[in-house]
Amino acid sequence: MSAAYWRKAMNAGAVAARGEVRSTQTAAPAAASAAAGESIGSRLVAAIGLRHVVVLALLVVFPFVASPFLTFQIGAQSLALGLIALSLTFLGGYGGMISLAQMTIAGIAGYTVAIVGVNGTPEINVDWPWWAVVPLALVLGTMAATFIGWLSVRTEGIYTIMITLAIGVAFYYMALQNYAVFNGFQGLQKVYPPELFGINWREPLPFYFLVLSWALAGYFFIKYVVRTPFGVALQGVRDNPRRMSALGFDVVGHRVAAYAVAGFVASVGGVLLVWYNGLITPNSVGTSWLINILVIAVLGGMRHPIGPFIGAVVFVLLQTFAIDLIDRERFNLVIGGVFLAIVLFSPDGLLGLWAGLRARFAGGRGVGSTARPSGRQFWRQKPRRPQ
Amino acid sequence: MKMLKRTFIRSAAGAAVVAAFAGIVWAQQAPVKIGLLATLEGPFAAGGADGMRGAELAIRERNGMVAGRKIELIKGSSDAKPDVAVNATRKMVEQDKVDIMVGPLSGGEGVAVKDYSKTQPQVTFINGSSGAQATTLTNPSENFFRFNTDGAQWMVGLGAETLKRGYKRVMVIAEDYAFPYSQVQGFMSEYCRMGGKVPLKAWVPLGGKDYSSVIARIPKDIDALVVILGGADAVNFLNQYEAAGGDKPMIGGSITVSQDVLNYRGKRRDSLVGTLSAGPIADSIDTPEFKAFVASYKKNFPDGYPSPGLFALNYYINMKAALDALDAVKGDLSDGQKKYRQALATMTLKTPVGDIKLDSNRQGIGTTFITEVVRDSQGNLSNKVVRAIPNVDQMLGMKPADFKIGSRDEPSCP
Repeated sequence: MSAAYWRKAMNAGAVAARGEVRSTQTAAPAAASAAAGESIGSRLVAAIGLRHVVVLALLVVFPFVASPFLTFQIGAQSLALGLIALSLTFLGGYGGMISLAQMTIAGIAGYTVAIVGVNGTPEINVDWPWWAVVPLALVLGTMAATFIGWLSVRTEGIYTIMITLAIGVAFYYMALQNYAVFNGFQGLQKVYPPELFGINWREPLPFYFLVLSWALAGYFFIKYVVRTPFGVALQGVRDNPRRMSALGFDVVGHRVAAYAVAGFVASVGGVLLVWYNGLITPNSVGTSWLINILVIAVLGGMRHPIGPFIGAVVFVLLQTFAIDLIDRERFNLVIGGVFLAIVLFSPDGLLGLWAGLRARFAGGRGVGSTARPSGRQFWRQKPRRPQ
Repeated sequence: MKMLKRTFIRSAAGAAVVAAFAGIVWAQQAPVKIGLLATLEGPFAAGGADGMRGAELAIRERNGMVAGRKIELIKGSSDAKPDVAVNATRKMVEQDKVDIMVGPLSGGEGVAVKDYSKTQPQVTFINGSSGAQATTLTNPSENFFRFNTDGAQWMVGLGAETLKRGYKRVMVIAEDYAFPYSQVQGFMSEYCRMGGKVPLKAWVPLGGKDYSSVIARIPKDIDALVVILGGADAVNFLNQYEAAGGDKPMIGGSITVSQDVLNYRGKRRDSLVGTLSAGPIADSIDTPEFKAFVASYKKNFPDGYPSPGLFALNYYINMKAALDALDAVKGDLSDGQKKYRQALATMTLKTPVGDIKLDSNRQGIGTTFITEVVRDSQGNLSNKVVRAIPNVDQMLGMKPADFKIGSRDEPSCP
């Protein structure tokens, strides 16, 4: 996705007019990447429907063939974490802003559900019904995200990371040390999804489909947003904020709005995650989790909204099963080693690996299969407009 | 080269997938499957490793067999976070299909695992080392057993001993979560009843690095400090208190002066000598059972501590209970483990620290030792027993109607 798609979107009219241009391999170097984008793009368009149908079918069949454990702990947890990481992929991959506070936003939504809804601590129980609690959680999460965005958009690169990390850590300590509302270190227990339509939504199967439906909604929502004028402009802001500003776009406005959109997605993930765990403690929003979300997003790859979900599956599988591969104290070595290997050999995460493999096995297909921005190039390449 | 790298990644990914499925395939019946959860990461990593040793010791003493069946041990790790503990437990229960689950180590984890145990009635859960009172007092679970005594029980008798030494006013410094609450309650309920005063309690976050603000608040007119911090936190506090010129005598909680801290190699470790504390274990209990236990621990784990710590003992006790009861029913886990649970609930468990029985909430009633830190001829620090208090129950000698679970403000006697 990203750069190539953006170019494609910008050139949609031109492509239609040029018709067969993409098959000619004599295009000038400057135009080559644009042409390549079209070539692979149009093939993708043909394949995209089928691919989605296959993945969707697998996702729907999965809980019926897998054990409840795999459904709940691997399936549902990956999807919920993937949803939170998706918000970072949107911010990072399409907005060029790496925020470490996405788990904080998820945590704000999660804490809202726990505090305002039903929990196991009688002193801190507002006991509102779920249909009031969940929208409130999403609104508060989105508002917090907007605020964080407003604070951090004036910075770039490493400074954005620092400021969002600072906000995340501040929230962690607030939750840790506040007893009146957050219940300190122990956090809040027994936060479960409501029973609705006679279904216990925390049973593995219903919960899986609950999370799956929201994950799909989030996935297609982000896919849709990045093709809207707003999404395209946001990618423009990512690639060249000065030029976008000169063209009359409100750079700060677009970035803050991106934070708000990402915050909403993260809030949904946060609500699902607190229901998954059944509890929330300051450690749920601690530094390790702030970074885990980044790890998930980078692991999967930030070039397409499917990346964070792939990353989350790998992350959860490793967290769960690494201890079986190697003896006790050293199993974290496996986790770290695999992360390192993936990031080292494919800076664009598993998606980059996949793209690389495709390029290799589709060798004879000409420019189209190799000129797609991959791996290192994706991040390093300076934005070039055709012509 | 590139090809090699790719192959490597592919095989790494392949290995992960294979491992995932291997778990499913191996879920056969023949051996007894026991899950073991301890904290091998996070603030209690050292204690968790010692807990693992204790549990393994109980298995090795039986040569890995119980009632003619082989014991298959499946280990899990958490980092003292309740959600991580439940995830690791769920993996062992639902994926590896263990028959019996032993763990976890810390208080918050214990409550969370107990709540989870209610959804898995087919598995028997036996505690590891967690000592939160609520685990067996509030909504106890039918299939959760705890043979170790809880955090409040561990402190019974210390209040009286403190007064005996002439410390009439003390300040409490404790970590801010369930386990230290219970420790403070165990200490204060007796101390306050007998006329002691606690003008100030300072609750500090778990894993805190900077205690200067707390040290600054220590009143001049107190006789001693009751420090209930665990592992690295206690070491940090001690360093900073000494550096700030503090000289008040210390009274420790049960995990403040466990082996983790006594083995700390910092230059301030000598200040620990003379520290009073209480707990379910001491290094110099003069019974043949305890000496045999220590000898066996040293023989099996030459790289372990000079003598087993609190976590090793608790895990040993709970694992031993699991195995002894299995033996008593001849490995019969049929009928929803009914006979097995009956055996657990009614047995009198022989342990290195005396007999332990369960109350109606499946909570252990056992012995508490009041100890004092001494230095032996080799310069090793150890806890010497001052007094042993047998048959300490969870109500701390109060009537159930008067009993309230310890919290930040309960009990209080300023």
